[in-house]
Amino acid sequence: MAGRVDALFFFLMAVTVFFTLLISVLVIYFAVKYRRRADTDRPRAIHGSVPLEIVWTAIPLAISMAMFVWGASLFVAMARPPEDAIEVYAVGKQWMWKVQHPDGQREINELHVPVGQPVKLKMISEDVIHAFYVPAFRIKNDVVPGRYSTVWFTATKPGTYHLFCAEYCGTSHSKMIGSVIVMEPAEFQAWLESRAEGSLALEGRKLFLKLQCVTCHSATAQARAPVLESLYRRPVQLKDGRTVVADENYLRESILSPGSKVVAGFEYIMPTFKELFDEKGQPREDDVLKLLAFIKSLRPGQTPTRVEESPPPAKLPAGESPKASEP
Amino acid sequence: MSTDHAAPAHSALRHHFDTLDQQRDASLLGMWAFLVTEVLFFGGLFLAYTIYRMSYPAAFAAGSHHLNIVLGCINTAVLIGSSLTMALAVFAAQQGNGRNVARFLLATMFLGTMFLGIKAIEWTHDYEESLIPGLAFDAKIWAHEGMPPLEAKQFAGEGELFFVLYFSMTGLHGAHMIIGMAVMAFYLRPAWHGRYSRDYYTPIEGLGLYWHFVDVVWIFLFPLFYLVGTRGSH
Amino acid sequence: MSTAAIDSPIPPAEPRFTASRVNYLNVDFGVRSWLLTTDHKRIAILYLASITLMFVLGGAFAVMIRLELMTPEGDVLQADTYNKLFTMHGIMMIFFFLIPSVPAVLGNFLVPIMIGAKDLAFPRINLLSWYLYIIGGLITFWAILAGGVDTGWTFYPPYSTRYSYSQVVATIVGLFITGFSSIFTGLNFVVTVHRMRAPGLTWFRLPLFIWAMYAASLIMLLGTPVVAITLALVAVERIVGVGIFNPALGGDPVLFQHMFWFYSHPAVYIMILPGMGVISEVVSCFSRKAIFGYHLVAFSSMAIAVLGFLVWGHHMFTSGESVYVAMIFSFLSFLVAIPSAIKVFNWTATLYKGSVLLTTPMLYAFGFIGLFTIGGLTGLMLAALGLDIHFHDTYFVVAHFHYVMVGGMVMAYMGGLHFWWPKISGRMYPEGIAKVAMVIIFVGFNMTFLPQFVLGHLGMPRRYHTYADEFQILNVMSTAGASILGAGFFIPLLYFLWSLKYSPLAGPNPWGATGLEWQTPSPPPTFNFDKPPIVTDEPYAYAPKEDARVH
Repeated sequence: MAGRVDALFFFLMAVTVFFTLLISVLVIYFAVKYRRRADTDRPRAIHGSVPLEIVWTAIPLAISMAMFVWGASLFVAMARPPEDAIEVYAVGKQWMWKVQHPDGQREINELHVPVGQPVKLKMISEDVIHAFYVPAFRIKNDVVPGRYSTVWFTATKPGTYHLFCAEYCGTSHSKMIGSVIVMEPAEFQAWLESRAEGSLALEGRKLFLKLQCVTCHSATAQARAPVLESLYRRPVQLKDGRTVVADENYLRESILSPGSKVVAGFEYIMPTFKELFDEKGQPREDDVLKLLAFIKSLRPGQTPTRVEESPPPAKLPAGESPKASEP
Repeated sequence: MSTDHAAPAHSALRHHFDTLDQQRDASLLGMWAFLVTEVLFFGGLFLAYTIYRMSYPAAFAAGSHHLNIVLGCINTAVLIGSSLTMALAVFAAQQGNGRNVARFLLATMFLGTMFLGIKAIEWTHDYEESLIPGLAFDAKIWAHEGMPPLEAKQFAGEGELFFVLYFSMTGLHGAHMIIGMAVMAFYLRPAWHGRYSRDYYTPIEGLGLYWHFVDVVWIFLFPLFYLVGTRGSH
Repeated sequence: MSTAAIDSPIPPAEPRFTASRVNYLNVDFGVRSWLLTTDHKRIAILYLASITLMFVLGGAFAVMIRLELMTPEGDVLQADTYNKLFTMHGIMMIFFFLIPSVPAVLGNFLVPIMIGAKDLAFPRINLLSWYLYIIGGLITFWAILAGGVDTGWTFYPPYSTRYSYSQVVATIVGLFITGFSSIFTGLNFVVTVHRMRAPGLTWFRLPLFIWAMYAASLIMLLGTPVVAITLALVAVERIVGVGIFNPALGGDPVLFQHMFWFYSHPAVYIMILPGMGVISEVVSCFSRKAIFGYHLVAFSSMAIAVLGFLVWGHHMFTSGESVYVAMIFSFLSFLVAIPSAIKVFNWTATLYKGSVLLTTPMLYAFGFIGLFTIGGLTGLMLAALGLDIHFHDTYFVVAHFHYVMVGGMVMAYMGGLHFWWPKISGRMYPEGIAKVAMVIIFVGFNMTFLPQFVLGHLGMPRRYHTYADEFQILNVMSTAGASILGAGFFIPLLYFLWSLKYSPLAGPNPWGATGLEWQTPSPPPTFNFDKPPIVTDEPYAYAPKEDARVH
C-alpha cells in the first residue's frame, strides 16, 4: 500500500514540477523577450482567447480528476482491512500509547508485528484527540475519545519504524512517540510466547464474572438479558424498531451506557458499572477492550455458568482461539 | 459636493453620497448584509441544536417539558405584536407623522420589555428548579423511576446540553432585542421632532428590518425549544 | 474623465507641484484627527501601522520556534512555552495580519478611489472596524502576557475545552471581537461596490482588484460569524463546564472540527483573493496590457469564493469521516484549484507581447506566480485522499500553507504596498534597495520552506517541540533560511519610513497605469476627486484606441 501511495506522490510531484517549470520558464522568457524598450511602448491589446481558455481549463481539470480518482481508490483500499488481519488494540492517552495484543501481551509505546501479515489496529483515546502515525507505512488515523477508529497495514520488511502521535495533544505531544517493530513470523511467535499473559479474552472473562454480568446474561431460558454468544457483528433489533449491527462501538456503548440501545423483547434494567469508570468519570478503555475481546470470542454454549471453579481456568475452554471471533 | 437638482441637499445626506436615494439603497443593503451574517451567527447554534436533538431525543423532550409553554406562547404573541407596532412606526415615518413614529417606537419598546420581563420570570423559575448549567443545575431531577445512577448522570448531561443551547440561544436573542431597543430609544427624539418623512426615513426602515429579523429568530426558537417532543408519547 | 492611460513616460524626479498642497495626510494634524477620522485613507494607514506591529510580533514568535528547532532536543524552550509560541504565531499571523492585510490596508485605501467614490458606504463603521481590531488585539495581547494559549490556532476540543491550562477564554474573546472587525469591513466593501460606483462604471469595467476584494468580502461576511459562534461555544464549555464537545457528556469533538473548518477553510480564500487582485493590477500595469481573459479572471474570483465554502472536510480526512464524505470533499477540493490555475495562466499570458518592466512590484508579482503555483499544486497533493493520509499533520502541510500564504499572499501584499506607495504617501520608494530586499526575501523564503516539504514527506509531524535526530539537517537549513527571511523583511520597513522624508515626490501616475486611483494627486485629497469621474473606457485600456478588440 505504501508503494501505491508513493506512486501517486511521484505522479503529483511530476505534475507539480512540470507546471512550476512551465510557468516559471514562460514568465521569465516573456519578461525578457517582451521587456520594455522605450517608455513610449504601447503593446497591442489582446483581450483573451476563448479556445485557449478552454484548453487550459480542460487540461488541468482532466489532470485533477485523474488525481482525484487515483487518490480516492487508494483511500478506499486503505479503509478496507483484509478479512485475515490480526487485531491489535491501541489506547492513546496523554502522552503514551498502550498496545494490547489479542493474546494479552501488553506494550507501551511499542508495537511488535510479524512481517507479511495484515494487522488491524482498533484505537480509542482516553482523553484528547491523538493520531496514530507510522510514516514508513504511510498510515495515519485520528484516535478520538468516545469511539473506536481503525487503521490497518501489512509490513513488508523487518525492521524498526517510527511511531508518532500526529494530532497535537498538549505538553508532551512530541514525546508521544514509539516504534513499530516488524519481525519474521517465527521471531514474532517467540516474542509473543515470551510475553505470554492471560489473553485479552481471558481477562475479559474474569471481569465478566467479577462484575456478575452472568446474573442476567446467563443464556438460559429465564435470562433477563440478551444472549451474548455469537453476538459480534450480528444485526440486532432494538426496542425502538431500529436494527443495528453489533460492532465494537455498539458493544462499548451497551456496556457503558446501557439505556441507549435497548434490545427488543427486553426491558431496560442493566445498570452502569462504577468500576468501569475512573475518578474523573472517564471510561476505563483497557477494561472495556477486555470485555469486548471476551464477548467477541463467545461461541454458542460458552457463556459461563453461575457456578464456576475458582480461580478461573488458565486457558479458555476448548475450541477457543483469538481469531474465533470472525464469523 | 452639489447634488443634481437646484434645491439644497437634505440635511441627512452624508457627504460621500450623491443622492438620498443612493444613501437609502446603500443603508438598506448594508442592513440586509448584516442580517445575513446574523443568520449565519445563529445558524451555528441551530446546527448544534439540530445535531444534538437528533442524538438525544428523549433528553431534549424532557428538557422541553421543563419549559413553560404558556409563557412561551404569550411571549410569541407579544413579539409578533411588537413587529406590528414596528411596522406601523415605519409606515408613520413614511407618512412624515413624527409623533406617531415615536409613539409606535415606544409601543415596540414596551412590548419588547414585556417580552424580556416574561423571559426573566421564566429564567427565574429555571433557576429555582435548578436548570441553569454551571450556575444551578441539579442532575438528580433528571432521573426517571428506576434509572441507575450513572445512567441518570448521562441523561442529565444530555439535558444539560439542552439547557446550554436554550440559554445560549434565547440569551443571544435577548441581547439582540436589548440592542434593538436601545437604538430605538436613540431615535425617539429625532422622530418626535419630525426628522423622518417620505424623503428620508431610512434609519427607521433599517431598524424595522432588524426588529423583524429578531422576531423571525424567535419564531424558530419557540417551536424548537418549547414544542418539539412535548406532544405525543415519550 | 476617461480611464485611458496617460501617454507620458515615467515622470522625472522633480515634483510638479508644491509640497504644501492639501491632501488627506496634511489636512489635519493631531492625534484626535487620526483616532476619530472617518476618512478611509487614514483608516487604512491606522491599519497599516497596527498590522505591521502584529506581523513583527508574530514573526518574533516564529524566530523563537525556528531557534528551538535547530536541535532535536527541547533545549531552548520548555515544551509548554513552545506550544504556546506556535499557537500564538498562528493566531497573530492569520487573524491579525493575513486576514486584514490587503483588505484593511490596500482595500480600505483603494476601493472607493478605484470606483470613483468619495469614501466607503459606511465610514463610521469603517472606523469602528479598526477599533474592534485594536480592542481584540489588545485582549489577545493581554492573554499572551497572562500566560499565553497553547491549543494551536485550531482550538480542537477536548484539549481546548477540558485539558489546557492556558488563556483559552481570553484569547477567544479577543478573536471574537476581531472577527467583527472583519465582518464589518466585508460588509462595507460589498455595499460600496454595489451602490457607489461612478457613472459608467459597470461591473465588467471594474478593475480586477475590486472583483477580488468583492469576492473576499462575501466570504468575510458569510464565514466569520460561524467561527465566532463556534469559538464562543468552546468558551462556554470551558467556563460553565458543560459537554458541548465532550464525549463523556454526550458531546462530539468532531462537530467542533466541522464548524471550525467551515469558516477556516474559506478564510484562506479571504487571505489569498485580495492578493490575487493585487497581482492582476501589477501585472497589467507593468506589461502595459489588459489582463488576458478579464472576464474569466473575474469569474474565477467568484468561483473560488463559492467553491471555497464546500471543501472544509479536506482538513478532516483522518478524523473518521465516511469514505463517501471524504470523496466528495476531495473532488470539490480539486475543483476549487481550477479557477486559481486559470488565473495563473491568464497572468502569464498577459506578459505575452506586452511591454514588461521589472520594477519591484513586478518582481513580487513574479515571485507570487511561481511560489503560489508550487503552493497550490502541493495543495493538490493534500486534496488527494490516499496521499493526504501520509501528509496530514506533518511539515508538508506547514510548507504548503506557508508557500501560499507567505510566498503568495505576503509577496502580493509587499508588491501592492510598493505599487501604491506613491499614491499612499506621495513619495517613491528607493527602487534599487527594494529589488535587493525582494531577492533576499525570495531566497530566504525558499530556503526556509522548501526543506519542510521534504521533512513532511519523511514523516516529521507538525507542532513538535522535539524531533527524531534524522530530521535535524533539514531543520537547520530551514532555520538558516528563516534568519535570511526575517532580515529581509526589515529592509522594507526601514526604507519605507526613510522614503517619507528623503525620497522624491511622486506625481499622480508615476507608473503610467490605468485605473481611477491614478487620476488623482498623490497623495489624494480627503474626498478623493474634485469632480466625480465618469467612466467610458474598458478597464486596462492601455492599447492605442485604434486597436480592435481581439478575442
